[in-house]
Amino acid sequence: MKWQSLSRTRRVELAMPWLVTLSMVLIWEIAVIAFKVPSFILPGPWEVWQTLVRFHGPIWTHALHTLFTTVVGFAIAVVFGVLLGIAIGSSRLVYNGLYPVLIGFNSVPKVAVVPVLVVWFGIGTVPAVITAFMISFFPIVVNVATGLATVEPELSDVLRSLGAKRRDILMKVGLPRAMPYLFASLKVAITLAFVGSVISETVAANEGIGYLMIQASSRFQIPLVFAGLVVIAALGIVMYVLFALLERRFTGWATRSNQPTTIATGS
Amino acid sequence: MTHPFVHLHKVGLTYAGADSGAGTAALEQCTLGVAKGEFVAVVGPSGCGKSSLMKLVTGLVPPSEGSIEVAGREVDGPLKIVGMAFQNPTLLPWRSTLANVMLPLEIVEPHRSRLRSDKAAYVAKAQRLLATVGLTGFDDKPPYQLSGGMQQRASLCRSLIHEPELLMLDEPFGALDAFTREELWAVLQDVWLQQRFTCILVTHDLREAVFLADRVLVMSNRPGRIVSDHTVPLPRPRTLATTFEKDFVDITQRLREEISLVRQGKSPVPVHEVAA
Repeated sequence: MKWQSLSRTRRVELAMPWLVTLSMVLIWEIAVIAFKVPSFILPGPWEVWQTLVRFHGPIWTHALHTLFTTVVGFAIAVVFGVLLGIAIGSSRLVYNGLYPVLIGFNSVPKVAVVPVLVVWFGIGTVPAVITAFMISFFPIVVNVATGLATVEPELSDVLRSLGAKRRDILMKVGLPRAMPYLFASLKVAITLAFVGSVISETVAANEGIGYLMIQASSRFQIPLVFAGLVVIAALGIVMYVLFALLERRFTGWATRSNQPTTIATGS
Repeated sequence: MTHPFVHLHKVGLTYAGADSGAGTAALEQCTLGVAKGEFVAVVGPSGCGKSSLMKLVTGLVPPSEGSIEVAGREVDGPLKIVGMAFQNPTLLPWRSTLANVMLPLEIVEPHRSRLRSDKAAYVAKAQRLLATVGLTGFDDKPPYQLSGGMQQRASLCRSLIHEPELLMLDEPFGALDAFTREELWAVLQDVWLQQRFTCILVTHDLREAVFLADRVLVMSNRPGRIVSDHTVPLPRPRTLATTFEKDFVDITQRLREEISLVRQGKSPVPVHEVAA
């Protein structure tokens, strides 16, 4: 993509995320200096950056571990969420039976469940993976179910009138139709999965960014806590972008109005 | 009439009410017969149960009373020998035009099990069909890059690709502009003259009914039943010029008068009772 060949509005559009982030960092730094905020209350971005560089070795190890637990928990959530979403979206009976339970389950604060998980599985990776899974599967279930439940009756009539079986209709119409819903939920779910794994790491772990942050704050190394936060935010953004790209690749047909298309002429 | 290809005998259809109590009667004592290879149009005031009739004949909805036979067999579920096209093109937006047209082949036997091995032959067949409706070169385009008329042409191809013995059209051109609609009448007539499938067209456009059909049936207000039956003796192929001839205008005019009577709840006179 050549920067020169882009229109002015498009260039501004592409620059916007960087401009906003930069100006927020700038405001943060200026505020910290202007109000003489001590570094153990709120470190400025420059100090956070210096900490990041200084501790990049351990931060990197812990970040990789958090990324690993998050992705594993998230992957389980995708498989489980899609299957459950299909069951709920294609059967009224399952919907009526499971929905109240799901809502109840989702209302439980996951941080309250972590101690129980520790009792069952011990301190470490497993509770973090399970917490990431628990917190991120719900939006996937709801979205897949919604995608399936809102298939236009005419679309499935086309197949039904050909004698298609329920499975055919699900594979040819239901699932493709639910893809935009699925991808929308994946973008939400991956960021939630980070919340889950970090929560668990802060409560009971000896590895991961959450653990690093708790250790740092107990030693009043607030800049290191903020360095951890920045790393989590960055990981979240990277994963989000990854799924946004996948979304565009697989469900371009659903977001076509945002892209220039060549309209064929003729009657 | 000898044993008709499609035969409805005193069919009633009542949709269950939202709660308890009486449901809505869509059809009542509806009797009609369509011979093999015949093109029949069903017209009537809006909300008279025309679309219900389509769903009954294709087996998508079971009748509340009476019996429906297609090809000598009682209809007890969705039929495989039927092609359907609706007012909306209902193309799948994630598939190319060609893949949309080939969709029935992935469902209906024997094509379903042969599709993989005879892929090239089936693709060629779909392309030929697309060519007959004037859609050459649009195979790879997604439906949203096609105009409404072109989408409806593709939808027509999809309903014909598995060579159904019975084609059911539910106001297929209802959402199109007048020029495109008349153009597609001719396209449909050409395809029908070539393949001679049995066709039931539900429409509220009387000129469309007279242009395309061998017989036009008029339905009453809800609950719908067939109140009259007109044979259209005009020679084929009919052209747009035909629509300005006296015979054509006379039949259309008579249908229009009947429908306005039906809408006031009166029975049109004279009643041509349909032989059961």
